[in-house]
Amino acid sequence: MDQSLHSRPAAGPGRMTRALRLIRSAPLTAKIGMVVIAIYAFVALFAPLLAPYGEYEVVSRVPFEAWGPEHLLGTDQLGRDFLSRLIYGARNSISIALVTTVISFTIGCLLGVFAALVGGVVDQVISRLVDALMSVPDLIFTLMILSIFGSSVVNLILIIAVLTSTRFFRISRAAALNVASLDFVEAAKARGEGLLWIAVNEVFPNILPLILSELGMRFCFIFLNIAALSFLGVGLQPPTAEWGSMVRDNAALINMGDITPLIPAAAIAFLAIAVNFVVDWLLNRASGLSDEG
Amino acid sequence: MTGRETTPPVVEITDLRIEAKANDEWSKIVNGVSLVIHPGEVLGLVGESGAGKSTIGLAALGYLRPGARVTGGTVRLLGQDLMTIPEDERRPFRGTRVAYVAQSAQAAFNPVHRLMDQIVMVAVERGGMTRDEAEGRAVDLFRALQLPEPEIFGLRFPHQVSGGQLQRAMVAMAMICNPALIVFDEPTTALDVTTQVEVLISIRKVIENFGVAAIYITHDLAVVAQIAHRVAVLRYGEVVEEAPIGRIMDRPEHPYTKSLWAVHEMPVTHAVDHEAKGAPLLSLSGVSARYRDFEVLTGIDLTVGRGETVALVGESGSGKSTLGRLIVGLKEPAGGQLVYDGKPLPPRVRRRSAETLKQIQIIYQSADTALNPRQTVRKIIGRPLSLYHGLRGARREARMQELLRLVELDETHAGRMPGQLSGGQKQRVAIARALAAEPRLIVCDEITSALDKVVQADVLRMLLRLQATLGVSYLFITHDIEVVRAIADRVVVMQHGRIVEQGDKDRIFAPPHEPYTEMLLASVPDMAVGWLDRIIAARAA
Repeated sequence: MDQSLHSRPAAGPGRMTRALRLIRSAPLTAKIGMVVIAIYAFVALFAPLLAPYGEYEVVSRVPFEAWGPEHLLGTDQLGRDFLSRLIYGARNSISIALVTTVISFTIGCLLGVFAALVGGVVDQVISRLVDALMSVPDLIFTLMILSIFGSSVVNLILIIAVLTSTRFFRISRAAALNVASLDFVEAAKARGEGLLWIAVNEVFPNILPLILSELGMRFCFIFLNIAALSFLGVGLQPPTAEWGSMVRDNAALINMGDITPLIPAAAIAFLAIAVNFVVDWLLNRASGLSDEG
Repeated sequence: MTGRETTPPVVEITDLRIEAKANDEWSKIVNGVSLVIHPGEVLGLVGESGAGKSTIGLAALGYLRPGARVTGGTVRLLGQDLMTIPEDERRPFRGTRVAYVAQSAQAAFNPVHRLMDQIVMVAVERGGMTRDEAEGRAVDLFRALQLPEPEIFGLRFPHQVSGGQLQRAMVAMAMICNPALIVFDEPTTALDVTTQVEVLISIRKVIENFGVAAIYITHDLAVVAQIAHRVAVLRYGEVVEEAPIGRIMDRPEHPYTKSLWAVHEMPVTHAVDHEAKGAPLLSLSGVSARYRDFEVLTGIDLTVGRGETVALVGESGSGKSTLGRLIVGLKEPAGGQLVYDGKPLPPRVRRRSAETLKQIQIIYQSADTALNPRQTVRKIIGRPLSLYHGLRGARREARMQELLRLVELDETHAGRMPGQLSGGQKQRVAIARALAAEPRLIVCDEITSALDKVVQADVLRMLLRLQATLGVSYLFITHDIEVVRAIADRVVVMQHGRIVEQGDKDRIFAPPHEPYTEMLLASVPDMAVGWLDRIIAARAA
């Protein structure tokens, strides 16, 4: 046991200490997941420092150059350094996925908790709208909207955010319904609190573990979604480096027995697995399925 | 009694030690307990919450809660040491040789299966009975337990029977394989007094008819006096006194036992001083309320004076809590007039002014659900301070600490989450939150029924002290007649959403009574051995 834990005042160990202790008590898979996520975050943050060449820089006159000391992972179809694009791709793919997740999370959760608290007609109207949105297959819907409005980054983010927020809405509404019937929510209503205050202060902290797990999972799906859309050519537009489009652009190499185009795919897969490891652990903790902690 | 000592005991617990993990530390919850139960004997386990009663009861089934471990001692059931054999060999015992009756039958029955299917399951799968034999026995048990229409009772779903009937159905489930031992874990605590009597009579009857040994866990001494042959008093996981029921009721020896007994008399001094000081604070006339087509309240006329305590009594489902919710504005009345402080009271929270909201506060039965588990005590009590009084920073902190001391807590509790507090402390925090508003009327909805007797008396005494100093009025919703005797100025008796009788406490408790009040009063167990026998005899006559 840490010495510093005992010397603290009666208020209990600080947030940092508690967070550290929590991480130490995590199972091995969750720790691996956290390390992998940290590496991705590091690469994304310091991409310009880590990448040997620029994102759009044509560095070789030979397209599809083989792996070598100059270009560790060779070059792509236009002669750009593959490793550099992979590193910049982390930045683009992850940041867009992150922004999309945050937007959809905010819209979905606020609406979900709001619907649960108000109930009645308001709840019915919002819920049926969400049902209607969910009844259209995501990919088709996205393709349709993007072909109408053109495929810019902003459009891409907004359309995926809105579609994903339906999932957040459903889970947060269901969780909030359970909490909304508890006495402390009623006590807050009797006290004369506003709806937003009740949603943020009374309900939200109690459903947070559940929707945090959902957040992690949705992040993976959004990530894959964007990669898939880029692969189809309607996602991020060239010359921006993005893992999904990198797979497509270099797919021809697979026929020649070269595994290079699979590397961005593997990068996507690794991140998805790592995030899920962490999410599984959070979910276990939230639902009390695991005896730990 | 004499033959029993020579027959082998059903259960023999020797020097049992159990630890449980809380906040990463192992703490002792059972500390060297030895108990012996002979065939046909009922042992009462008495103690406050947290004394280790349930843990010992479950240990007699060879079961430990997750996160607990045995560090010493043995539990021998019918000669077999349960703690040393693997779980696979222990399981066949449960349901067939030992059985368990839990506190909340509502939570213990699966709501989607019929009662009969759940009751006979163990008998068919492990007890070696055919389905028909088991059903036949179940019907016999239903009859012995005085359940209505025993032949078809089992066809119902759990939600189609009353709480008391469901509790008896669980006794039938426990008895189905004719076990040697049944552990009753507070089987009547969640029931109101009139239902409790019925369940107690049934339990007594089957125990006697079938000669089963039992451990009866409760914190209600009056109940244990009716059921048990012997009583063991537990404190901090240790047996402080064990004696036959007659002796322990008449001449308790250990100081702790004496204090438990004394508390039962609810030594709350309450000077009845309710000369009507001006107009009543709150008055309701002809108020009714409905849930869809069902009328829950009809023609309620009620007044609460300034600085007065009005007790609202009745069994569950009588509409007491709805009336409380109506007064704080959470339930809209269907008709009638509410007048608060000489002015009409708007029906909904939204329409009430901040000043009115501040003056009428509510405290709930279960502090577990009434306090947000993810907020610190500081935030829980601090919120009404900033909301109603605009206090911030150091002044808010100072006032919060003042309130904590008012409810007999201190500033070390301010940083804690509700999960780190005991039941009594949680209820005190809930009271402090209500007081933070500086109200003039507090609706107390069964606020002491989830607490054990010692804590209950403390909380009641505190409420009266606060009333004397702050001059608040209480509308005290309860089904506990003892609490009413201790604190009420006036009593209102409710049944089926109507007021049956109301008046000063002395008048209500003095005969002649309304028939329903009579029944309510008669259902409160006496702290004397033989009370239940007299009731049974009176009914037979």
